[in-house]
Amino acid sequence: MEIPKSFLGYKRENGRAGTRNHVIILPVDDISNACAEAVSNNIKGTIALPHSYGRLQFGADLELHFRTMIGTGKNPNVAAVIVIGIEPKWTKRIVDAIATTGKPVEGFSIEGVGDIDTIAKVSKKAQEFSMWASEKQREECPMSDLWISVKCGESDTTSGLASNPTVGNLMDKLEPLGVHLCFGETSELTGAETVCEKRGKTPEAQAKFKKTWNDYNDFILKEATDDLSESQPTAGNIAGGLTTIEEKAFGNFQKIGGCQFIDVLEPAEEPTKGAGLYFMDTSSAAAECVTLQAAGGFNIHLFPTGQGNIIGNPIEPVIKLTANPLTAKTMSEHIDVDVSKILSREMNLSQAGDELIKSTLRVANGRLTCAEALGHKEFVMTKLYRSA
Amino acid sequence: MSNTDIIIHDEKDNVGVVVIEKISPDQECNCWIMENDKSISIQSKDEISLGHKIAMKDLNEGDTILKYGHDIGKVVKNIKKGEHVHVHNVKTKKW
Repeated sequence: MEIPKSFLGYKRENGRAGTRNHVIILPVDDISNACAEAVSNNIKGTIALPHSYGRLQFGADLELHFRTMIGTGKNPNVAAVIVIGIEPKWTKRIVDAIATTGKPVEGFSIEGVGDIDTIAKVSKKAQEFSMWASEKQREECPMSDLWISVKCGESDTTSGLASNPTVGNLMDKLEPLGVHLCFGETSELTGAETVCEKRGKTPEAQAKFKKTWNDYNDFILKEATDDLSESQPTAGNIAGGLTTIEEKAFGNFQKIGGCQFIDVLEPAEEPTKGAGLYFMDTSSAAAECVTLQAAGGFNIHLFPTGQGNIIGNPIEPVIKLTANPLTAKTMSEHIDVDVSKILSREMNLSQAGDELIKSTLRVANGRLTCAEALGHKEFVMTKLYRSA
Repeated sequence: MSNTDIIIHDEKDNVGVVVIEKISPDQECNCWIMENDKSISIQSKDEISLGHKIAMKDLNEGDTILKYGHDIGKVVKNIKKGEHVHVHNVKTKKW
């Protein structure tokens, strides 16, 4: 198949392009959720992103919170942003950082005003942003404007046999076109960590990966009361035939095809070394991982599943594929791309990769994913440790 | 081409994955090795569902299970060729 050279996206002020055109109402902290949700109920074309944290965090955990908030606002799938916090200081820090993209952003704080007057004030600004964004048109953008993140979930052996290698095939075909790519899931590389380390393009990237995985493993050894056997593999993985974390890891690893990673990113960190594949240090919990990748600036997500994970994200469209014929049948409303014919050998990997490229472009051009149509918008902050 | 019942990732692997809804005991199964596009056959001993693994040879306690050509865990209970391979007879080497 000849790979298309462009897609229809929303060009942003900073030169990036979005596959979506959201106006988001971003609460800085848990207690501002009510206000954000009231505004999004008032004003059509806006979406609130409620979450559970943002108070009394400190150190690296607080920095990650800011990085996630700011990155979400900066993501090119977002046209304009309203930030609401209880206090003005943290709110302003987030607003100022998002403003560097040149997109419309405005912050509000609730203390001394109360919810009701804040909602009235914010609603007026949100209406202005929503109507402004509604006039944005899709334009032709080069493929290199696609920033594709990947993560698998509710995996089974069909993931490692077919759906993950399909994503790998897409990576092999799109990497030469200057696309940014990102995989994560530090915990789910356990068993394949030395093989993965060797995929670093430079000694620096390899060393950074090794340190990231070792730090994670040290943390597990310190915190785990027994081991991870209860969580990794999960009960769903085991039902699907996966026996050990090593087996799961080698299956997971098929997602990067033959690509080499050029750098290792902190959670929610934006890549700065140009096009190519990046590894991001993330949890393997689906919503946490995709939230971090979206905050890193990725604008479209590929999610292979075996037993049927149903996750979505509020700003980054999540495309699901499965090679499990039972899942494709029993959970069809969640599956965007069915590659189960690989198992019956009616389709080869390259054909499946082509199908996935076509579906990815349709979604990039505006087709809703199953998760979007079903209203999945899981926005989940990664918390490093308890708050002060 | 006859229907494929079991797919094996790598020629070195000592397990294969069932890719039809289930295989029955004593079923003569067609296996396809992805790495070198070879076909072989095996007689199953157990009923094994889609996605679950079958032993391609006799395996003894302490042996290493190879899949993708890599070590994915250790045998904790002897397994006969054609039997179901899963959490009851294989454990991780991590943790």
